[in-house]
Amino acid sequence: MTKDKMTLILFSGDLDKALAGFNLATAAASMGMEVVIFYTFWGLNILRKEKNQTRSASGGLKRKLFGMINKGGVNKLPLSRFHLAGLGTKMMKQLMKEMKFPSLYELMKLAKSLGVKFVACTTTMGMMGLTKDDLIPEVDEYAGAATYLANAQESKINLFL
Amino acid sequence: MIKADAELDCLGLYCPMPIAKTVEKMKELKPGEILAILADDEGIKSDIPAWCQATGNELLAIQEENGKYRIFIRKKRRLNGKMGMSGLRLYL
Repeated sequence: MTKDKMTLILFSGDLDKALAGFNLATAAASMGMEVVIFYTFWGLNILRKEKNQTRSASGGLKRKLFGMINKGGVNKLPLSRFHLAGLGTKMMKQLMKEMKFPSLYELMKLAKSLGVKFVACTTTMGMMGLTKDDLIPEVDEYAGAATYLANAQESKINLFL
Repeated sequence: MIKADAELDCLGLYCPMPIAKTVEKMKELKPGEILAILADDEGIKSDIPAWCQATGNELLAIQEENGKYRIFIRKKRRLNGKMGMSGLRLYL
């Protein structure tokens, strides 16, 4: 019997969209599905380490400047709506705590413990000047479109967030 | 009245936590044993049956009282896939 499989493209680096994605990923893994999350563009911000962000942005002035304005890290993501210079996001996080809902970091850890696979897109890493050192060690694979498509081809559920 | 072998408190928790915790807890049970899940998020009424259908575990009953739910599930006896050998040893 082949395992049911789900893929998810995390294109957005917004807290709310990432939460929705990890909610589905952990539920799918809990139902026995094999889950692959492909992180590209702003989604890579979810995988970024929080220290030394501008310093590690490598490869020329454009990428350095870009690294200065494009901050990442699982605890630094903004809401897609009502971020309100951080105030809205802070309130949302408090609200989540009050309802005993796990933080994005805890959901990611849960996903990892359930065997969810993290794939980082090397093209956008290059574009943004991100190296493997800039990303958390939980990344399983560094790959491109063909790897995603091969996974998607054998999955019943493929989502883009 | 169903007698449960183990109980899982998910009161105050929202999706996907009750499901994730159920998976964790079920690992401790032997095949055929019954788990009672206590929860108060209404989504659980539909989510646990869906999870049972997807994983082959058996849904026994859903009791509802004052906005709280007690759901009884039985760990599957028939073995397949990954848990085959260890499950078999436990069962025999």
